[in-house]
Amino acid sequence: MAAITFLEAIKQAMFEEMAADPSVVLIGEDVGVYGGAFKTSEGLLEKFGWERVIDTPISESAIIGAACGMSYLGLRPIAEMQFIDFIVCAFNQITNFVAKGHYLWNAPAPIVIRGPSGGGVHGGPFHSANPEMYFVHTPGLKVVYPSTPYDAKGLLKASIRDNNPVLFFEHKFLYRRIKEEIPAGDYTVPLGKAVVRREGKHLTILSYAAMMHTSLEAAAALAKEGIDAEVIDLRTLLPLDEETILKSVKKTNKCLVVHEDTKTGGIAGEIAAILFEKAFHDLDGPLVRVASLDMPVPYAPTLEEAFLPNAQKVFAAAKELANY
Amino acid sequence: MPAIASPRKRKLTPQQYLDLYYYMRLNREVEETMTRLFRQNKIVGGLYSSLGQEAISVGTSYALEKRDWLAPMIRNIGALLVKGVPPRDIFTQHMAKYTSPTKGRDGTSHFGDLENLHIVSPISMLGDLIPVMTGVAIAGRYLGQKIVAMTWIGDGGSSTGVFHEGLNFAASQRAPFVLILENNQWAYSTPVRHQVRLVNLADRAKAYGIASYIVDGNDVVEVYTTAKEAVERARAGEGPILIEAKTFRRRGHAQHDPAEYVPKEQREFWEKRDPIASYETFLLKEKLLDAKSKKEMEDKLTSLLEKDREFAENSPMPPAETVNGGVYCTGDDCHKIRAKWQRPIAEVMPPKSSVEPVWMVEGFGSGKSSSGKNAPIHFGDVPQEQTSEESPQPAAKKSSKKSTTKRAKKGGR
Repeated sequence: MAAITFLEAIKQAMFEEMAADPSVVLIGEDVGVYGGAFKTSEGLLEKFGWERVIDTPISESAIIGAACGMSYLGLRPIAEMQFIDFIVCAFNQITNFVAKGHYLWNAPAPIVIRGPSGGGVHGGPFHSANPEMYFVHTPGLKVVYPSTPYDAKGLLKASIRDNNPVLFFEHKFLYRRIKEEIPAGDYTVPLGKAVVRREGKHLTILSYAAMMHTSLEAAAALAKEGIDAEVIDLRTLLPLDEETILKSVKKTNKCLVVHEDTKTGGIAGEIAAILFEKAFHDLDGPLVRVASLDMPVPYAPTLEEAFLPNAQKVFAAAKELANY
Repeated sequence: MPAIASPRKRKLTPQQYLDLYYYMRLNREVEETMTRLFRQNKIVGGLYSSLGQEAISVGTSYALEKRDWLAPMIRNIGALLVKGVPPRDIFTQHMAKYTSPTKGRDGTSHFGDLENLHIVSPISMLGDLIPVMTGVAIAGRYLGQKIVAMTWIGDGGSSTGVFHEGLNFAASQRAPFVLILENNQWAYSTPVRHQVRLVNLADRAKAYGIASYIVDGNDVVEVYTTAKEAVERARAGEGPILIEAKTFRRRGHAQHDPAEYVPKEQREFWEKRDPIASYETFLLKEKLLDAKSKKEMEDKLTSLLEKDREFAENSPMPPAETVNGGVYCTGDDCHKIRAKWQRPIAEVMPPKSSVEPVWMVEGFGSGKSSSGKNAPIHFGDVPQEQTSEESPQPAAKKSSKKSTTKRAKKGGR
């Protein structure tokens, strides 16, 4: 077992799935000769050739549309968005065509749409987005947002094998900043299952992606003050693992949601509604949200830092909630 | 101008001539039956007519083989009928019945059949089918199926962004894809001259470096023979082909729209050029059809449509509880998704698939300097033929034929 980066985990997942199944192909901008803007597909063209690693014009709608058409003949295309910000250029194709096909016309579209997302790397307003909630609001899609190399590999493999369109968000802050030892060989992580990263009893912190690590950092600081936080990694936002969330909140009776997405319309609001519907009598405090500010992602590092949640903000909010 | 009954050379078999006639009649009768149902308030949503455009739906789709794929637009019910969809499916779809292909979940011609008939459902957002069918075409080539993918777009839909993205991508991939651009001269209430500065929308093909044709969309034989040639060229690896079929939308955008914005003279001009009436005159003159065989065909149509209409009218609406389920595919129990390989899989697996990851930029470095010797290419001195014929990907087989706009006949404008 060797420790690999988050990025390497993505690459391994694609490599292994393409080696195991000739119906898996990769399509996107600069994914071939260049190996992807972040080098997530480096070496794939060399191994699998031009027919399976398809460099496209700068045409996100065409990429998604073509991937959908290819899936109708039994292929399992992986469509890369060079930055996930550009996924909105294909919004109509995803939300109207791909997502609705199975319900309306019995036409499953087993495609994965993946790409680098998230801020904290000073990419500015058009290279830092967290657009997951546009798609969580779209029945027919699945939305995955992993936080560790182990999960990234296992969830990507599961997404490729899934018969539904899966949006797979890769937080670029994690690409090369996080390493983990993962088992050799094939494994998958099931979609729709959250995981408890840290057990605790005083409050539940729900998070995902890069904010998962921020939440764990805050939990370590809280522990020094005698506050024992349970930290849960949602991993999949659609479908949401309500069972794991409810089980934890019924134990701790308090819930804090941390996400890098902006606050209004973020997943925290949906979780709040679920808790009100299904755990109202178990709550001993308000549902608290720590999220990015309701504005575009600013460019200057000083501004972006003020915009994003961080461990201090999570710590402060959690402490207040624990003492409520 | 398309003549009403131009002397056509006999180039089809008698059966083909009669098939084209049958499907155009079927197309029209199906729509007229639905117009009556609409007036009886039995159609749930809108009803979109292809009156006067039947030759295009029928002639183009008749050029496809069984293995080929198509994706109709709203005015291409004729293409569905040619592909083998029974009229009852079209009636039940429009009436939102539980017996419809979508079990009432979607209406009109919004349904598909991936497994048997190779039909992809349209959506109301125009142009989206173009990249989707490009993907179908690429996947077919990848699997060695030798298929052609076909879809339709209107003059209005040809101004969408995804039209451009899709057709350009199809061209870059040399996809076996045929796009039929039905220029019926009206996008809802906006005439084509207020949408586009081009006289011939086929000229859009030039922007993508692909071949194109212009046909009289009210001449079913011309439409068919042109589509047939385009389909075979696409199948042979020449890349996507655009066919502009000039025609006219004789009804409004949908049943609710009296289309009073259409000049009277224009309407009269085109009503004299009914594609079925003129074709029938031709068939009778050529003795491919006579009063007796015509009557037999009409009786056959009437009994089929009566039976299917009755079936649709007697079908139940979907029970409310069937609203649930089916948003997601649950796995192999729901759909066994398996590609149908018609080439050795080893060709797409290492080591056979392995390539050197470099761009093959043909002609690079072969430009001639003033001394006649090879010289590096600089901006501005790239020979014309290199830029237009460059095919970056070795996998996409190159054809020596150049992109052309072939005018099968001057369009009726």
